[in-house]
Amino acid sequence: MATLNDYLLASGLLFTVGFAGVLLRRNLIVIFMALELMLNAANLSLVGFSRFHTQAGLPDYNAQVLVFFIITVAAAEVAVGLAVIVALYRAKQTTHIEDLNSLKF
Amino acid sequence: MNSAPWIILFSPLVAAALIAVATQPFKKLSSYLSVAAVAISFLFSLTLFGGPDQDGSFNWIDLGVFQVRLGYLIDGFSKMMLLVVTGVGFLIHVYSIGYMHDDRGRSRYFAGLSLFMFSMLGIVLANNFIMMFIFWELVGVSSYILIGHWFDRPSAADAANKALIVNRIGDFGFMLGILMVWSASGTVMFGELSSKWSTLGLGATYATIAALMIFCGAVGKSAQFPLHVWLPDAMEGPTPVSALIHAATMVAAGVYMLARVYFLFAGSAAALTVVLWIGLITSLLAALMATQQSDIKRVLAYSTLSQLGLMVSAIGLGVPVSALFHLFTHAFFKALLFLGAGSVIHSLHNEQNMWQMGGLRRKMPLTFWTFLIGTLALSGCPPLAGFWSKDGIVAAAFAHNGFAGLVISVINFFTAFYMMRLFVVSFLGTARSEAADHAHESPPVMTVPLVLLAIPSLIAGFPPIEHIFFPNAGAEEPSIGAIAVSLAVFIGGIAAGFVLYRGKTSDPVSVPLFANRFYIDQFYSVLVKWTQDALARVAAFIDRWVIDGGIVRGLGGTTWGFGFALRFLQIGNLQAYAFLFGFGVVLLLYLILFAT
Amino acid sequence: MPVALFWTFVVIMLAFGVMVVVFRNPVASALSLVVCFLGLAALYISLDAFFLGVIQILVYAGAVMVLFLFIIMLLDLKGEQRRSFNLIAVFGGVVVIVLFVKVLSDVCYGYQSGNAVFPAITHNAEHGDTWQVGMALFEQYKLPLQMIGTLIVVASVGAVLLSKRELK
Repeated sequence: MATLNDYLLASGLLFTVGFAGVLLRRNLIVIFMALELMLNAANLSLVGFSRFHTQAGLPDYNAQVLVFFIITVAAAEVAVGLAVIVALYRAKQTTHIEDLNSLKF
Repeated sequence: MNSAPWIILFSPLVAAALIAVATQPFKKLSSYLSVAAVAISFLFSLTLFGGPDQDGSFNWIDLGVFQVRLGYLIDGFSKMMLLVVTGVGFLIHVYSIGYMHDDRGRSRYFAGLSLFMFSMLGIVLANNFIMMFIFWELVGVSSYILIGHWFDRPSAADAANKALIVNRIGDFGFMLGILMVWSASGTVMFGELSSKWSTLGLGATYATIAALMIFCGAVGKSAQFPLHVWLPDAMEGPTPVSALIHAATMVAAGVYMLARVYFLFAGSAAALTVVLWIGLITSLLAALMATQQSDIKRVLAYSTLSQLGLMVSAIGLGVPVSALFHLFTHAFFKALLFLGAGSVIHSLHNEQNMWQMGGLRRKMPLTFWTFLIGTLALSGCPPLAGFWSKDGIVAAAFAHNGFAGLVISVINFFTAFYMMRLFVVSFLGTARSEAADHAHESPPVMTVPLVLLAIPSLIAGFPPIEHIFFPNAGAEEPSIGAIAVSLAVFIGGIAAGFVLYRGKTSDPVSVPLFANRFYIDQFYSVLVKWTQDALARVAAFIDRWVIDGGIVRGLGGTTWGFGFALRFLQIGNLQAYAFLFGFGVVLLLYLILFAT
Repeated sequence: MPVALFWTFVVIMLAFGVMVVVFRNPVASALSLVVCFLGLAALYISLDAFFLGVIQILVYAGAVMVLFLFIIMLLDLKGEQRRSFNLIAVFGGVVVIVLFVKVLSDVCYGYQSGNAVFPAITHNAEHGDTWQVGMALFEQYKLPLQMIGTLIVVASVGAVLLSKRELK
């Protein structure tokens, strides 16, 4: 049987993979996808704790509601973020992150 | 608590307030108000004179740990002084009605005179140091107002400033002295202090320094060397002001204060020596300077300086009663001399140079004879008042220290000399100018006070009269030697003055050192300029380098520098930001979870 | 769920997650991410969160990733260039990864109470998992639900505005 710690380890590794993707990839869209990986890692650990802290024979549904909200918010964020990327592509004709340095001193 | 002292004190203040607030356009009414106030004070002083010694006070400021009491101390000294101040003051107020008849600022003048009377009476009545200091400063202010009465004259305005500033220097020392006395004994009331001071067991240095600091106040107010420079310039004020303030009363306040707190000096021989020698130096310098002056009021001013020096040296010799007795007689004949000079000046249409006068014997007889009485009294002619009061000082001097006696005798010689010089040149001979030719006697409102002042100049020195005013004076054996020396000196001085100046039209003797007042004024002005320049240079340096360069530009530069350094963090690379962000979060987590 | 199955799905998830980061072609990254989400959904199911597992597939794999693919196609993105292979950097990276995994597992397995077996739950036949989540949403979390609704509306409007072309 898998224990909570195993799920937590899995969640941590997934988060790390997402973070590495944010830091290492040069394409803006792929960075965005790695961001989604990080969100999902958090979701996984939340669901794990929900199952772990049972109340009256049932899992703790508060955490599951939170996960529901996180998924919803992530979806909205992806929508807006991709719209921004589209506008940016129209302006700059590139999604390469090193070309986006207007705020450099 | 008796109300008479309060009426004496506050009636001139009421007059001054009324004039300032209500009656300024009505010049005659203002003058009568002022005279009436002084008359009231004089009458009440008479009633107090016959009464017993008393003491009363009330709390004016009460903050628990700190109290300022206003009160009165009626004893032999203050009874005598009240009569002198209010009596001579009354006569001078009456005289002023005549002298200031054409002046446009009459109301202001009388308000100033009343304010002065209020302040001076405050000093006389005061029963504690704080009250005395308050009124001390008020007297300084009144003197400033009155010296600068004709303020559109630059010399008058400068003289008023000079008087106030030099007085302030003395008052600073006075304040320090009061603080030293207060902190050592815990009280400022004269009565308590006089009994407590000798029992306090203070170190000799502390007691001497405290006494000398208090003496600083007298040095400033009574124009002793080195703070004497303001008194001759104070003659820019109207002559009655010179008579009242700078001859009879205000400058005497210093001597009065010293006599009041003589117990502070009694235990310290060093302080008394300093007081004695400053008095003698002042007196000698002033007498020498007076022999070369041409302005009639300046001669009298230096004469006042000289006599004040004598009074102060009497304090230093340990005979405060003699000092006060001389103050008493001096008030009368000095006021008489000033008012007489004023009469001459008024009648000669504001001519003050004595070489432009002359031949006034037939034209102004009353002024002539009263001025002669004043001159003789000042020179120490027996049996006039000055002879008796100076004799006390001379005798004490010879008893104490032969050299001091010699110096005082030399001073008395010169006193007689320059007074005779003044009298001969101003009144005798032929008229040396148009104005002197057309002189006429002054109106009665001016001559009656002259006569009234001549009477005490004649008789106030006699021992029975002395005893009315100074009941505590011991009956000393008159020293024949002292009297002989005084007489010789008097006759010699009078003769020298008469012979040297009879019939001359210009000064036969010329001593530039005396005429230029020993160059002390020039020395002070150089000193002040040097100090100011040094201070200005320091201030400029601080302003330019420390404040402007260091603080203002420094702060600005530091901020700019920080901004410049931090700019390099904005590299525009999103992933670098993300990395730093993650790194920061890890660090925070570590610190929170594991380090605390 | 048997441990083997658990670890299988964990490996799938992590492997395809790594492939998201590694592939140069963005379409390949997107498709790897879809498979990663499938693995994740399986893990949710294994934790008795059936509703969430289904939602994960429907929303994430079905909507969000489709959106990603649309945008990749719209922008017609090319793959990235191959970068130079720096042996030392790769070696250092591997060391860091090993160390990091070690530390992470130490931390995770250091959580003592997490080593216990999951408590038993009684599945209610009438009121299943979905019912429970739905009740929690609509009873306790009414207000956040409405706020989420508003948020989605705002996001839609914003997305339209941002990607609007300037009308000439």
